[in-house]
Amino acid sequence: MRRIAALTRSPIVIALVAGFALAGCASKHAPNSAADLGLAGSATPGSTQDFTVNVGDRIFFNTDSSSIRPDAQTTLTKQAQWLQRYPNYSITIEGHADERGTREYNLALGARRAAATRDFLASRGVPARRMKTISYGKERPVATCDAESCWSQNRRAVTVLNGAGS
Amino acid sequence: MKSILGTILLTLAIAAGFTATVTLPAHALVEIDINKGNVAPLPIAVTDFLSGDQTGAEISGIIAADLKRSGLFAPIDKAAFVEKVSNPDVAPRFEDWKVINAQALVTGRVTKQPDGRLRAEFRLWDTFAGQQLIGEQYFANPANMRRIGHIIADKIYERLTGEKGYFDTRVVFIDESGPKNKRVKRLAIMDQDGANLRYLSNGRALVLTPRFSPNRQEITYMSYESGQPQVYLLQIETGQRELVGNFPGMTFAPRFSPDGQRVIMSLLRNDGNSNIFTMDLRSRTTTRLTSDDSIDTSPSYSPDGKQITFTSDRGGGSGRSQIYVMNADGSNQHRISFGNGVYSTPVWSPRGDLIAFTKQTGGEFQIGVMHTDGSGERILTSAFQEEGPTWAPNGRVLMFFSRAAGAPGAKLHTIDLTGRNEQEIPTPHFASDPAWSPLLE
Repeated sequence: MRRIAALTRSPIVIALVAGFALAGCASKHAPNSAADLGLAGSATPGSTQDFTVNVGDRIFFNTDSSSIRPDAQTTLTKQAQWLQRYPNYSITIEGHADERGTREYNLALGARRAAATRDFLASRGVPARRMKTISYGKERPVATCDAESCWSQNRRAVTVLNGAGS
Repeated sequence: MKSILGTILLTLAIAAGFTATVTLPAHALVEIDINKGNVAPLPIAVTDFLSGDQTGAEISGIIAADLKRSGLFAPIDKAAFVEKVSNPDVAPRFEDWKVINAQALVTGRVTKQPDGRLRAEFRLWDTFAGQQLIGEQYFANPANMRRIGHIIADKIYERLTGEKGYFDTRVVFIDESGPKNKRVKRLAIMDQDGANLRYLSNGRALVLTPRFSPNRQEITYMSYESGQPQVYLLQIETGQRELVGNFPGMTFAPRFSPDGQRVIMSLLRNDGNSNIFTMDLRSRTTTRLTSDDSIDTSPSYSPDGKQITFTSDRGGGSGRSQIYVMNADGSNQHRISFGNGVYSTPVWSPRGDLIAFTKQTGGEFQIGVMHTDGSGERILTSAFQEEGPTWAPNGRVLMFFSRAAGAPGAKLHTIDLTGRNEQEIPTPHFASDPAWSPLLE
């Protein structure tokens, strides 16, 4: 068989109607900190361990959202109180996304989460000059399963203490 | 440092000197109509080029593999060949090739020149018309042997499909190794078929989203090496790196303008939103193109440089990203994606008529194309996780990265614009963020 065909350069047009419904993305609350896991109490007051264990170093977000949830407000309020008690610490707020988005969009989303976290801490009295933000998008997951139970842990903002201050 | 893209000692000596030994009416020529819905691959015989060593078989193997991977050709098993071509300067016995249904035949010879270069001659024959379609020769440094194969495959593809080829190209991408929660990401470059892989970064700093300059000599990418994630330029040949602009916040999602004079990218604002800027690489002046309170990212120029497509989640409410188009000066920003799903990573086709994208719908990811006004959406492929299309320079094939549910990492895939012929590109580790180079010559 042979084909002798005049070539047309126009692209093929096959209309394809995508009729799928959007997936409902329920968010579940992951454990906020080691404190939720019953590990509180043993850390030296004012130490990084104290912050992580007794205050909680991270908050979580709903899918594709940078709104500070009520549970996160509680955590951040405690963070702000702790940071005011220990004013020598500066912090870096890391914004993260789950992997259910594309890379560049998720870099932007992680940045927006970090900024929202910073702004909430500022509203609770943490001076802006003590805070930096960075987005890791979806590049630094803490949970790696292909399920909402992991994605909900990765949609997070982590408050990292920079040194013990001086 | 050894050149990667530079100093290509491939002198193209298009041999007018090859004469067709058989001539038949010019209309009766074998061709592939690649715009038909369901093309049966064209049976083609690629004979081992005559040479004193393995080089001839290696080159014909590269040619046959390129043609096969395109999905448009079906190279015939050499074991079925009837005629053993012993003199590529004379016409083959067409009957011997017709009997195995080889509609096209490739013959050739490789010889070493006194100056050390390889001389590769090849002829493409239409066996049913009994006619030579191409006769050309190339001279190249032996180190570029694979490129000779790719260039010949491009010539064959172009002659038989009417479209430019895409085999003599390279891909930059992110090589990903290590466990998912501790990935090492490195810039890497390889030929489009996965050969000649080289690393361009050491893995100490997180690097993302490399993209080729139209001049093929440099890439722009994002790196965390300074602590603050920012857009850089890298000269592939020299390894010289340079920060693009001195912006106060994170810069990301870089891409070159079609003339290579500008980099377009997103800049993070202090309030957490991101807008699109360009930086002129000569004057170093920056221009803001979007200013709304939303995420604006993944900009990509039209090939004429007059328009830009990008992702934005403006429009409120849903907080879901869609695809927009604007003029190159930022005017006339308008949404073009209206399907049921979340759209991102728009990339303008090198032909100008289509925009490829990633779509999330129904709990999966899809790669698709639409016209530049948003009409005619077609989904080409879907998977648990896939994103980041990049166009082959002829606008016929897309490469992207894809991962099945449960798989620990992504691999690079290609798919034809028709949605057929999805193939995995071999890489030593997981791989993401492919960016296809222009044709190398």
